[in-house]
Order: sequence, then structure tokens, then C-alpha cells
Amino acid sequence: MTYTFGLDTFGDRESGADGTPLSHAQTIRNVVEEGVFAEQAGLDFFGIGEHHTDYFPMPAGDVALAAIAARTERIRLGSAVTVLSSDDPVRVFQRYSTLDAVSGGRAEVILGRGSSIESFPLFGYDLADYEDLFEEKATLFAELLKGGPVTWDGKTRAPLLNQDVVPHLESGPFPAWIGVGGNPQSVIRAARLGLSLALAIIGGPPARFAAYSELFRRALEKFGQPPRPVLVHSPGHVAATDEQAKAEFWPRWREVIALVAEERGFAVPTEASFDRETGPDGALYVGSPETVADKIAANLRALGASRFDLKYGLPGLTHDQLMTAIELYGRRVVPRVRELLG
Amino acid sequence: MQNVHRLAVLGAGHVGPVIARLALRAGYPVAIAASGDPDDIALITELVIPGAEPRWASDAAADADTVVLAMPLHRFGDVNPGLLAGKLVIDAMNYWPASDGVLAAFEDGASNGHGSSEIVARRLAGSAVVKALNHIGYHELEDRARPAGAPDRRAAGVAGDDPAAVAAVADLTDRIGYDPVRLDSLRAGRVLQPGGPVFGQVLTLPEFERAAYEDVRSWS
Repeated sequence: MTYTFGLDTFGDRESGADGTPLSHAQTIRNVVEEGVFAEQAGLDFFGIGEHHTDYFPMPAGDVALAAIAARTERIRLGSAVTVLSSDDPVRVFQRYSTLDAVSGGRAEVILGRGSSIESFPLFGYDLADYEDLFEEKATLFAELLKGGPVTWDGKTRAPLLNQDVVPHLESGPFPAWIGVGGNPQSVIRAARLGLSLALAIIGGPPARFAAYSELFRRALEKFGQPPRPVLVHSPGHVAATDEQAKAEFWPRWREVIALVAEERGFAVPTEASFDRETGPDGALYVGSPETVADKIAANLRALGASRFDLKYGLPGLTHDQLMTAIELYGRRVVPRVRELLG
Repeated sequence: MQNVHRLAVLGAGHVGPVIARLALRAGYPVAIAASGDPDDIALITELVIPGAEPRWASDAAADADTVVLAMPLHRFGDVNPGLLAGKLVIDAMNYWPASDGVLAAFEDGASNGHGSSEIVARRLAGSAVVKALNHIGYHELEDRARPAGAPDRRAAGVAGDDPAAVAAVADLTDRIGYDPVRLDSLRAGRVLQPGGPVFGQVLTLPEFERAAYEDVRSWS
């Protein structure tokens, strides 16, 4: 199997060395630098997840990706994820086919409902409709990706009649993935639409997703689709030692989860739960290059996945800390994972 | 009310398959249903919930003595209460407006101090409703289950107005791997809800009792 390795960010709002939060604008400029540096560090993919909050000020990641595209040659660039339910599939297709043009064929998208749902009220959608919204819009997106005029009718946007949607793709469909957080019916949907499977594993033991890869493979067969890859997206942080990585990550993790917990009603992490998640059976990849590499290799193998995207950064980390993490991930972790996977 | 013998799990999303697997492992026969045709979840059942039987919701409920509600709460309105009449019903759902949207009945209920399962129970007058299996994350529920007596066993809350129904679900909870903590009303089950003192936590029995009872006491 050929393995590839990426980095994802949510535009986590960075802090200066003195702990003062940087402006949204400076954070976005730093993300562009990090994307450019990701290519220099040897990585295959750089993804930006759509968010609409003060601590993740990144609602238009495709614009930042275009800036990265202008300064890079090889790295693939995509969303991680696009909250398709509250967007227009035609516009998403147009933005990413434009990115594909700008970057010379390096665009990708990961489509999701999004585990952060702040875009629903912002754009006037009712959360109670999310299943119908996502189902319809993902189906239309899969049609658009095939190229050629599209005829479509549904409840969530204006109908299309033999509509030519531009810009045309230069070299066929770009990679499109469906982000799945644990609902097996979403795995079936990805297979039915002929899209690839992105497993977002942000808590609990990753090995429990092994059955999902097999489910995906069998469902692709059932729907007469060719084989498609599986990627794993998980949060983490790399520093010189386990102790340093945890010391940098933990206070920021507790802070951001506490914020999200207030919005969504779940528990604030404890040191015990953090130790569990950073241990071999947890979902967080926090540690030295050796620790993180061992865990990535073990989980790619267990899950039958060919790509690993590390969601790096957290609100309150500094640009320097993130650049170091990117360098260690690209130059130390990834070569070691390749070695381990032989 | 007798103990649980045969389960129907309604919901094949995040939560339903996890509860189904735990029940199967404990030796219960389990049927699982999504909102539609069982053929749509046949492959999921075969690979993700081996041993469960995919069925139409109405058939699954008719043959079971205990029905687990494991769909998103905003889909609960699609359930026909007649199917659940005379059954023990486990409400594993949560009212979580930031994730599932605002639901007027549950919003009103909360402002009157009612637990979400009380609102559910109002629609299911012919059933014995127990709130359980809702407060440990679906990503952890299976991983943290332990046999009785294990030193690292954790606790799970069981709340209901009917003591016999609570006893039956407490027995099920024990068999699938958690020390049951009984709460004697659906209203007291508020401690198990999002924002409550044990929601999202995986606590030992003493930790759980301390957190839950202190919270309950503070209301009186």
C-alpha cells in the first residue's frame, strides 16, 4: 500500500510568545506560512477545516488554500472539512474546481456535516434538518464532480436543468471524501456516492473503526464502485519529548474542550482522561516523534487506511510551536511511520 | 416487571450499534432497526453488529419486551407510540440543541424543570420509560464496560418512575458491564443529561454517587 501523510488545521487562533492572542488576520497569515512550510517538510497534504468562531476564525479556508497554492509546487490542498450541509454544493464545487485550476490539479475536499455546527444558524439552516441537507447536497456534489451538464431536483436548493457548471475540471474529478465520525450509515453513503472515506477519530479507541473500513470495502462492492481509499484524521501535537508535547498541548486542549463542552453539554477533560487519550489506545497523537510514529503506524495498519492527517495546533499555541511540530512531523514522524509500515 | 429478555434497538447511527453489541455480548437476542427498510442496514448489521437481526422498527418492537430509543431526539416524533405500548422503553437519547436543533417541547420542559425523558414519557403513556445508557459517550461505552467485580468497573445511571422497570434496566446495565446507580424518578434523571454532573464522564460508583446525589440534593 502507498501511504500519504497530511496536516489539517481549523485556523486555531494562535498566541504570541507572551500568551496574548494574535488577531484573526495574523492567525490566517500564519496558517498560510504553515501550509507552505508543510510542503518543505515533505508532507503530501494540507487541509483547512471550516469554522466560524473566535477561537477558530477560518470560515473561508479555500481562500487561504489558494494563497498556499501560489507558493507551492507539489503538496495537495483541501478542505478538512467543508460543512456541506450549510453550503451550496454548486458553490463548493466552483470554489474547489477553481483551487484545482490555480494549483494545477492539487485540490481535494472532505465533505462533512461538521462536528462544529455554528454555520447552521449563521446561514439560516435548521439543525434538525441536517440528515436531509447532507444527503441531498452530497448526492448533488458527487454529480457535479463527474463533470458535464447536471440535471438535479431536490428540496434544499434551486433545481438544475442540464446546467453547465464552470470551471470545467482539467483532469477529471479531484479527490473527494466524506468525513465520518462514527455513524455506519455515513460509511454506506460514501460508498453509494463513490466518494472516499475519511474517518474522523477524535476520542476513544481508534481500533473500534476497523469494522468501518471493511464495511466501506464491502459497500463499494455492493454498489458496483471501484475501490476507494480510507484516511484517518485525528488531533495531536509533536515536540522533542513526550513531556514537552503534553505540557504544551494539555492546557490548551482542556481550554478548548471546556469551551466546546459549554456549547454542547459534554464533560471537560481531566488529566486522567487526557492520559487515556494520549496513550496507545486513545485518539490523540501527542508526544515525541517516536511515540507519535508508533501510534500512527499501528492505527493505519489496524484500520486498513492509506492516509493519515494530523490535525495540528490548538487555540493558544504559538506559531513557533506549530512550525516545530510541522517540522518534526514531516521530517521525523512520517519517515519513521514509512519505515515501520515497510 | 420481569427482567429484560429480548431487545429491539431503534436507531442504527452512532449509539444504536454500540448498545446492540453490548447487549449481544451479554447474551440478549437483539433486533435493530433504522428509519426504513432493514435491507438498508443489512451490511452494517453483518459487519458492525454481528449477531443482531436487522428488521423493520414495527416488527422489531412487536417481538421485544424492551425497546431502546437510540435515534437522534428530533426523530423521536416519527416513532409510533402504539408500537411501544406495554413495553419497557429505555430512553438513550439526549436533548442537545447545539447538535440536534432546538425542539420546542423539550425547551419548554427544561424551563419548567422537567427532564427530557419526562417529555419522552408523555408521548409514551402506555410504556414504562427508563432513562439509561445516555450519559457515557458512544465512543467510550463499549471500551469501558467491565464484568461485575472488576476493579476498574464504572457506573451508569438508571432513572425512572416505575421501580420495577428501573430494577429491570439496572439488571441489564449490570450485565452489559456497568454498576447501576438507581435514581427514583425521570425527573431525577436530569443529572444524567447534557450539562448534568455525570454527563460525558465515566465515573466509578463512589464518584458517580457523590456527583449525582449531591446534585439531586441541591434541588430540594
